[in-house]
Parts: sequence; structure tokens; C-alpha cells
Amino acid sequence: MLSRVADASFWLSRYMERAEANARILDVNIQLLLDFEDQNAGTVQQHWQPILATLEDQELFSEIHDGITGDAVMAFVTFEKKNPHSIISSVTFARENARMVREQISSEMWEQLNRLYLYLHSPAARAAYIDSPIDFYRSLVDSLHSFQGITDATMTHGEGWQFLQVGKYLERADSTSRVLDIKYHILLPFGEQVGGNVDITQWMAVLRSCSAMEAFLKISHGQVTSWGVAKFLILHDTFPRSIRFCVDSLDVALHQISGCDRAHFSNEAERLCGMLRSNLDYTNIETVFSTGLHQHLDQTQLRLIEICNALVKTYCLWLDEE
Amino acid sequence: MQGIFDQYDKGPFFDEMFGEGGKIRPHYEQLFQRFGELEPAEFDRKRVLAEKSYLNQGITFTVYSGDEGTERIMPFDLIPRIIPADEWAFIEKGLTQRLQALNLFLRDVYHEQKIIKDGVIPAEIVRSAKHFRPELVGFDVPHDIYIHVCGTDLIRGADGRYLVLEDNGRCPSGVSYLLENRQAMKRVFPRLFNRYAVRPVGRYPQELLASLRYVAPHGNPDPTVVVLSPGVYNSAYFEHSFLARAMGIEIVIGHDLVVEKSRVFMKTTKGLKQVDVIYRRIDDDFLDPTVFRKDSLLGVPGIVEAYRAGNVTLANALGTGVADDKVVYYYVPAMIKYYLGEEAVLPNVETYLSAVDSDRKFLLEHLPELVVKAANESGGYGMMIGPQAAKEEIAKFRDAIIADPRGYVAQPVIQLSRSPCFADGKVEGRHIDLRPYILSGEKTTIIPGGLTRVAMRKGSLVVNSSQGGGSKDTWVLDEGEGVC
Repeated sequence: MLSRVADASFWLSRYMERAEANARILDVNIQLLLDFEDQNAGTVQQHWQPILATLEDQELFSEIHDGITGDAVMAFVTFEKKNPHSIISSVTFARENARMVREQISSEMWEQLNRLYLYLHSPAARAAYIDSPIDFYRSLVDSLHSFQGITDATMTHGEGWQFLQVGKYLERADSTSRVLDIKYHILLPFGEQVGGNVDITQWMAVLRSCSAMEAFLKISHGQVTSWGVAKFLILHDTFPRSIRFCVDSLDVALHQISGCDRAHFSNEAERLCGMLRSNLDYTNIETVFSTGLHQHLDQTQLRLIEICNALVKTYCLWLDEE
Repeated sequence: MQGIFDQYDKGPFFDEMFGEGGKIRPHYEQLFQRFGELEPAEFDRKRVLAEKSYLNQGITFTVYSGDEGTERIMPFDLIPRIIPADEWAFIEKGLTQRLQALNLFLRDVYHEQKIIKDGVIPAEIVRSAKHFRPELVGFDVPHDIYIHVCGTDLIRGADGRYLVLEDNGRCPSGVSYLLENRQAMKRVFPRLFNRYAVRPVGRYPQELLASLRYVAPHGNPDPTVVVLSPGVYNSAYFEHSFLARAMGIEIVIGHDLVVEKSRVFMKTTKGLKQVDVIYRRIDDDFLDPTVFRKDSLLGVPGIVEAYRAGNVTLANALGTGVADDKVVYYYVPAMIKYYLGEEAVLPNVETYLSAVDSDRKFLLEHLPELVVKAANESGGYGMMIGPQAAKEEIAKFRDAIIADPRGYVAQPVIQLSRSPCFADGKVEGRHIDLRPYILSGEKTTIIPGGLTRVAMRKGSLVVNSSQGGGSKDTWVLDEGEGVC
């Protein structure tokens, strides 16, 4: 397939996954806030600031808004066109890329994505958001899930589809690591204990934002601990949003594209991905916490960026190097 | 009850649906009955439904204002234009003849130039044509086909005769609208198609692909064919991707292609892959910055060299613009006679050449009554409609004609035929034309009908989409079919 098309497919998929991650994070944060009755300005700021921190958008935010309020952050992450990471920007970029590969993807995929784009740009989206933000974000996630389903059901699972998988799992591994990292940025209120009520509620929120609550409770016998949640979201082998699962799926897709055996590598992206994968396969949560959760997540994010760069070099920009 | 046609006034024009004394033409009878039952509100609901489906599918062009792009759809009118079988057979015959002559003409001017030597067309006219490429003289193209896809614009004047307004032999666009219009009609008025035997149009992409494969270099039986587009920001990008999708081939932009050893390759994830036939939707001027416009970022450096080496076929061929030059147009009936020994089936619109002294005198005296067109423009640009033009505009064109007589032609104002259209909540007459799409491959094929373009603004004679035109579905009825 054309290198440009591979590149556009990869980014199309990344942007869709990013839009979904943002919608999930916002949804959960609203719910989390509702759990705490004491909503003075300080608490509110404490709740929303970490979101800006994990999305690395603080500077732009403070250029546009005076202070951190829930509405301001939600508007910024949802509808702000100046914010390149907002949901509306992500969907717009996804659509731009989809337009470039319009003849490669199915019409059903295109129409689903285009409808979402048109909806987000319409007054109806604003009205739904004002009416009930929780419902609004849920419906966005639904719509993005539909896109995934339509993709799997209507597109040939050939090279183009594999590039979509690569984009999806790379972005998803990244966003799960960021969601976990939110917890690092949230300060416990004064006097609260680690493992106390507030702490646990926050960890449960992290689980919910990855749709992992039910899956987690099935294996944890009702015990929610920081170690347990981190272990589940980083190292679980079959939960579809755990970092390990995503990296493994990424590795599969990369090898499908090259045709190389999974025990080996045929390019730099495969080599880096294989190393990250075996690292996740053979580490344990004790090691993660002794490195420091935040440091570990930070490193994972850097390694994902390296894989992405190597991938783009291998498949998309190979001729421009000369 | 108030039907949508009750207040219709056909005016002093040739109306496609209503004949003398407002009597309904027989081939519109069934449509009249079905649509006559509809109230304007119901009709409007259908219209909104159709527009929504265009929007969701992204059949749009982008209008920029400030930093915000707004997506618009090309206006679509729900009342189809109907062409009876015998009328279409006549048009088909005329277009086939015309395209044969144009291809023969291109073969000739890029080889022996017999038509010039025999004094049928002045040498000066050909040589001074902006899109004539003297560097291609002596170069052979596969099967002597130059114009693979032609969009010839037809109009009907007050007497209803079909006339050729112009030939578009470079990169004619709009066929995707023709195909989508049919889809939209089927969705919105499914039962109407039971009443008529309408000839299908859906095979166009397959016919196009067959024509493109036929002209592969060295007779390659399994060529790689691609669509070359200027990219997503081009207003016709939807059409480029639509056609690529419908033909099941890749769409490429200039950046995807490289030329090595006089061969064209595309950059893929598995390395370079050779390309044999390029259906290019980029004008000659932008195709190769090493040969034509140096500032073009859209093209492929070296592609002309590969083309001249015979390793890649471009469709349409390079240099076809000499055939759709508006001065050369004047000579097409003579060409038909010269090459085919036949009279033109479809006549030209009466045309005056400002390059000819006697014509120029006449047209300079009658500018306010004439339509003046620049010889090398298309899309409704470089045109003046005398009776609607301001004094300054007429003066501007007068100066331009005197400065460059070769650059302009003039024609009488033709009151294009009208068709009932739903506009501003009611049905009113709007001027229309017809752009059929003619494919030259192993044989000449014409998709039944064409794109009927509509001047949506009341009284306007300009149908181009760049000038606010819309379109409607065009039905060619099956042989022997009045109405079933």
C-alpha cells in the first residue's frame, strides 16, 4: 500500500482513540467530583488540574482561561479548536486523514466518522453537553465504539486494517498510561490516608475511565488497592485496555504488516516494540513500584514515542531520507 | 389541494417538461402525476432528506471564510430531467462522431498536420493555441487515443435543438455527481423508478477502468492504473476519491510518485511499485515542474520524460487542450467533414472569431448583445454576457479583444432551455445544460444522459458549480419506452 496511505491510516486511528480516551477521562472526572460534596474552589481545581497535566496542555489552557473550573476544562478538552488535543480537534484530524484514504476505508466507516464530525460541529452537540455532560460523553464513546465495530466488520483485514490497529493500540497504550498517571497528579486532601476512602475512590475512578471496573472486580474479590489497579492496567494479559495487551496487539499488527515471525524483528519498530513487550511480559508490579509508578509510566510513554518514530521512518518516510 | 406544478409558468423559453400552450410532454406524464400529488411541504421534506445524505457522505466542497471552512453541498434538484430514447440516440450519434473527429484532429496536429496543409484550419490558429504542445509533435500515444474522457457541454435554444456549447477535453469533472444524483433519487423516490424504464448509469467506473486499461503502454494486459489528484484540498477531491474507490484502484498525489530511469513508481510500504496508466486530474501546466510550471508543487518531476519514453500513459493525453480551445471549437464541424466526410450531427452554437477581421468588426459593434468568452478559460471564468454586463465590463472586454484578437470568441446569447426546479419553496423554471461523459477506449461509450447542470439563481444563464450552479438527475428512457 502507498506509504502516504499507511501514514494516514495510522493517524486516523490514533486520533479516534485519542478522542475516545478524552471523553472517558472527562466522564469519570465529572462522576468523581459528584462523589465529593465539598466542592469549594480549591477542591475543584485539585480535581481538574491533573487532567490538564496528563494531557500536557496546561500552557495553552492558561492562555485561554483565567482559572481552572470544571466547565472551563471540559470545554477546553472537548470543544476547543485551538487545543490540538481536544476531542473536536482529534475527530477533525481523524476525518482529514480519513479523507486522504477515503478509497481505502469502507463507506460505512467514513459515514460514521463524518456523522460524528458533523455532530460535534453542530449546535446539537453543545446542547447535549449542556443538558447532561455525562450522557454526552457516554454517547461520544458509544459513537467511537461503533466506529471500531464498523471498521472490524466492514473492512478487509489486510495491510490497511493492520495500520489502523497499530495506531489504535499505540494510542491506547499511551492513554492508559496517562490515565494511571492522573492518579499520581491528584493530591490526597489534607488528612486523608493512602488506602483511605478518598484514595480508593480515586483508584476506582481510574478503573472506570478504562472501562475496567467490572473486569477488575471479577479478579480482585472486591479489594481495590493501588497495587492491584496498577497491576491490572499495566500487566493484565487479556484485558483490552491494559498496557501489556495493547503492546502485544501492536506487536502482532507490526509483524502482520512485515510478514516477519513474531520471535524476530525485521525493522526498528518491531525491535523496539518487541523489547517493550518482553519487558512487560517479564516484569512484576513490585518492580514497577520500586522504580516508581510515575517514572515507569513516563518511560513507557517515551518508548511508545520511539516505536512511533521508527514506524513512520520504516514505512512512511523511507524515501524522503535520501 | 395545492400541487407543486399548479402555479408553474414556463415563460417564453423552451421548457423541458411543458410544450406549446403549457401542455405536458408525453415522457413527463408519469412524473407529473406522481409529483403533482405532492404538496410543497412534503417535497421540501424529501429535498432535506436528500441533502442530508449528501452531507453525511461528505459529497461536499469547502467554502472558506476567515480561518473557518464551511462544507457545502452542491445544490441538488429533485425533479429529474427526462430524455426520450430517440432523442438520446441522436445525441449519442452526434457525440460519438464529434469525439472521433477530435481524436483524429489531435493525432493529425501532433503528426503530419494535414488539416492545416489542406487549408481547413489556419496554421496560426493551432500554433497560437495556448495548450498546443509543439514539443509533442511526432510523439505516438497508445491506440491514437488522446481524449479518453470528454465532457462535451450541450444546450438547447429556443427551438429545442441540441447545440454543442463547448468540448472539455482536458480534465472534465462532475461525473461523480451524476452517479450520486441517481443514488439520491432512488433513495428519495424509490417507487418512481417502477413507472419508468430508466437506463442505468452505474457502470461508468468500470467502463472508465476498461478504457484506461486498454491504453496501457506496450500493450501490457495487466497494468497498474492510478488516479492522480492534486490532493484533499482540491475542490474535486471527492470525485477523485469516489472514482478511485469505484474502480478499486489507488488514488495518488504527486508526492506519492517518483520517476526513475524514465519509469514512474509509487512509494509503498513494500518499496517502489511501477505505475502504467495515470488517470490524471491535474492540468498539463501543473503536471511536471521540470517541463511546465516550475512553481507547481502538485506534479511529479520527470513524469513527462517517462511519458515521452512511452513507459506510462497519461489520460487524458498531454496537449489535448488544443482541441477544446474555443477558437478551434469553431472549426470542429469542418474537422468532422474533413476527417469523416460527414456533416456534424450536433451543430455548434453560431460563433464569431475576433481573429477574423470581418467577424471582429461585427462583434465589436455588437458587444452588448453577445456572449464573449476567453478562448482558453473554462468553468464560467473569463466570460461576459453582454446584455447583463455593466458598461465598464463591456469596455474592458473591448480593450482585451483589440489587444488579443486570438484570445476571444463571441456568440449570440442563447436562452438556454428551462426545466422545472424546486426553489424557494415552489417550483419555477431554471435554465439548464447537459454534460454527457464520453469515454474512448476499445470503443466509444457514453454514459446514458450526463450531468444536467442548473443555474439555480433565477434568470441566470450560468450553470457552473463554481458560479452557484446545481444539478439534477438525468434520465434516459429505454428503447421503445414511452411509459409503462
